[in-house]
Amino acid sequence: MNWSWQAAVESLPLLLKGLLVTVELTLLGSVLAYLLGLALAVLRRARIPVLSQAIWLFVEFVRSTPLLIQVFVLFWLLPSLTGFKMSAFVSGVVALGLHYASYTAEVYRAGIDAVPKGQWEAAVALNLPRAHVWRAVILPQAIPRVLPALGNYTISMFKETPLLLSIGVLDVLYQAKAVGAETFRVVEPYTMAGVLFLLVSLPASILVRRLERRRAHSA
Amino acid sequence: MPTVPDPLPPDPHAMIRFSGVVKRFGDNVVLDHLDFTVAPGEFVSLIGPSGSGKTTILRLLMTLEKVDGGTIEVCGDYLSHVRKGDRLGRADEKHLRAMRRRIGMVFQQFNLFPNMNVLRNITEAPVRSLGLAADEAEARALDLLDMVGLSDKAQAHPAQLSGGQQQRVAIARALAMRPDVLLLDEVTSALDPELVADVLRVLRDIATSTDITILCVTHEMQFAQDVSDRVMMFDHGRVLEDAVPEKLFSEPGHERTRRFLRAVIDRE
Repeated sequence: MNWSWQAAVESLPLLLKGLLVTVELTLLGSVLAYLLGLALAVLRRARIPVLSQAIWLFVEFVRSTPLLIQVFVLFWLLPSLTGFKMSAFVSGVVALGLHYASYTAEVYRAGIDAVPKGQWEAAVALNLPRAHVWRAVILPQAIPRVLPALGNYTISMFKETPLLLSIGVLDVLYQAKAVGAETFRVVEPYTMAGVLFLLVSLPASILVRRLERRRAHSA
Repeated sequence: MPTVPDPLPPDPHAMIRFSGVVKRFGDNVVLDHLDFTVAPGEFVSLIGPSGSGKTTILRLLMTLEKVDGGTIEVCGDYLSHVRKGDRLGRADEKHLRAMRRRIGMVFQQFNLFPNMNVLRNITEAPVRSLGLAADEAEARALDLLDMVGLSDKAQAHPAQLSGGQQQRVAIARALAMRPDVLLLDEVTSALDPELVADVLRVLRDIATSTDITILCVTHEMQFAQDVSDRVMMFDHGRVLEDAVPEKLFSEPGHERTRRFLRAVIDRE
């Protein structure tokens, strides 16, 4: 194999530019997934007829179809149906956010279910307003428990962003491909792209595991 | 929930009145057409074997469970019903919230909020539910902490307290709402034996120094005998015996009561 260190190093500036986009996608997608997932979990628990079933349907639909197809639906199908067009980047963020919200909703649900029933009963006995019980009693107990699980979903989201190459988001992998097309050397840029992924997700995984261990100790 | 035809008129002199209350869990009839009244300021202990429906009575009063039949009145108002013409229908959440203001409850497992310190556990509901000013709620909380002997624990978190201390905070928390009725659900059952005395001392204080109506489910027979105005013995969802403690503990009228008391006192 003729590995060229020079080609590898020369591919880095573009790859790092792509990495920045990848990180942005992941962070914005995570924020959307965290907020939307929380809203879904709380609304579903409220057991409002029709809304509850609609949320169930949404979650099942999103979980049973590939992310790639959801990306295509948002980027190609939605504009042709509604005339509402988002950039590739925004489509990517929305697709990641919606997709992972269906998973984070389940994570939150588990965290909420783990809050002892006695907490709800004490809140009723004290006549606390329902919204305040969520805000001040239930969620402050439920969310810290599920932070490691949410962190893990952010890491897997990070590793799935290259999918967005298919709609032309300028992420790491897109840049690796671009470098390859320009220099006719594909091994180096793709390898370096892989190394960059590793350099981000490995420390992130270690961080999440540490968080998990600290939770286990304090619980 | 079927409406109740031809309800009896509410009794304005009773603090609590159960009329033909039925409660089932599946096929299990926990309360079987239960009738009793409690006068304002009374301290009533509910005793009996487990599964006899004592705790269910408190949970119904706190609106944590719904009746399957009959009516409950508190201060002359229906707890979970509203009059609709000459019939009774199920009350809405607004009515339940208004009724709950009159009732406080202390649980076997304390159920303090672990994410708040002791002071905030006590001030949270007066501020959020009664609309008290924060400093007023705080002053009230500090008075109550003093009464339960935990003035120095205002800033502590529940996890840093013993079970007995947590339960005393829970009592202060319930009293901070100034309820007319206080429900005590086996409040010493989850405590180590050496921590029980402090909690009982606080409850004795409340019983003698306030005019709160208290319903107390307990297995502490000596305590029940000392502080109760009345003791009700339950068996299979019915009141087997209802008497002043002097009578019920020294000359119970039923063989079942006698056996129960012997079993409980032997255990102690």
